[in-house]
Amino acid sequence: MRFMMLMIPGGYATAAPDVRPEAEAVATMMKYNEELKRAGVLLALDGLHPPSSGARVSFKGGKPTVTDGPFAEVKEVLGGYWVIDVRSSEEAIEWARRCPAGENDVIEVRRVFEMDDFPEDVQKVAEGFGELKG
Amino acid sequence: MTATAAIEAVWRIEQPKLAARLTRYLRDVGLAEEVVQDAFVLALERWPSDGIPHNPAAWLTRVATNRALDRLRRTVLIDGKHRQLAIDLAELEQAMPDIEAALDEDIDDDLLRLIFTSCHPVLPPEQRAALALRMLGGLSTPEIARAFLVPEATVAQRIVRAKRTLREAGIAFEMPRGQEQRERLGAVLEVIYLIFNEGYVASAGPDWLRTNLCGEAMRLGRLLAALVPQEPETLGLVALMELSAARFGARIDAAGNPVLLLDQDRGRWDWSLIRRGLDGLNRAMALTPTPGPYQLQR
Repeated sequence: MRFMMLMIPGGYATAAPDVRPEAEAVATMMKYNEELKRAGVLLALDGLHPPSSGARVSFKGGKPTVTDGPFAEVKEVLGGYWVIDVRSSEEAIEWARRCPAGENDVIEVRRVFEMDDFPEDVQKVAEGFGELKG
Repeated sequence: MTATAAIEAVWRIEQPKLAARLTRYLRDVGLAEEVVQDAFVLALERWPSDGIPHNPAAWLTRVATNRALDRLRRTVLIDGKHRQLAIDLAELEQAMPDIEAALDEDIDDDLLRLIFTSCHPVLPPEQRAALALRMLGGLSTPEIARAFLVPEATVAQRIVRAKRTLREAGIAFEMPRGQEQRERLGAVLEVIYLIFNEGYVASAGPDWLRTNLCGEAMRLGRLLAALVPQEPETLGLVALMELSAARFGARIDAAGNPVLLLDQDRGRWDWSLIRRGLDGLNRAMALTPTPGPYQLQR
């Protein structure tokens, strides 16, 4: 089963647009990434620019409104993710526990939907979903 | 989340490294397998009440090494003239205080040696599969038995026989090099593909544990590919497995009947796996002008 480990770095909500991780932190994280790879569980990973260079599109009142970052009201923002293929949610959680994360970081562990998780009628209308990802 | 499930998760992650480390210390897959199992049994006894140790790898390595020392001491007592064992024992006792340091050592070579030893061509393929799933997948005998639809006693037999054969044939815990490595790699890939196919055959059915063999095989393949990234056939096999697994969802229709490839709904294919598979094939083809059997089979 596939899980996404969502990295929510402490303080990233207010990080400047040009903030980049330091070489030392990247080296530590690379060791962890290698460990995931060595265990044969790593499927994908990416890091995200700070939200201060992003935008939020909200739909209050049924109409899209664009707000440029940073977003004062948002405390927890994504900094990146890993997709791993493991045998149980406990294994995914154990991998998250092993991440050399910073003191104020949070990793949220979430299971990725598979087609079989949906009832028949949803599967029917979702036909073609797989192809979207190609 | 239950204590046992959490312990099993730690176990699944630590088992291959622990087995590789202990096999290097003991230079005996059989003995390593036994003391690694001992360590797991003790963890299942202790951890639910004591909690999972801060450094589970160190805990497990210490317990397994102690068990090995006990066993070796007993053997030396029974047969005091057994010099080789006495030397092993001295080496092992010397290695003991450095467990924390040893955990930081690069384990890649030991893992690769363990893969080559567990999948040695001197063993019949089904014994290789059982030993590989035990040593590198951390699966128990009942789990392997259920996955292969054979009695537990059969799996236990396969593992016992495999360990005996390796010992009697004097198979060293060494890294094959050059042409020999190529040939031995073939024996490893054969086993990974056997495990995958066993799961693939079952993947249309409801038996989750059997289907899960595909996942075990893909993880083993990815592990191997991480250890020997220069080998196109390994990449080819991983790609083949990913491309096959990507089509699981489209292989049967709503009534449970098989659907031929050309009639399959491509929308039900797992395109992120397909993309991984195609990437792997591209990397494999960049490594060799002549594609091998696994690359061609897609």
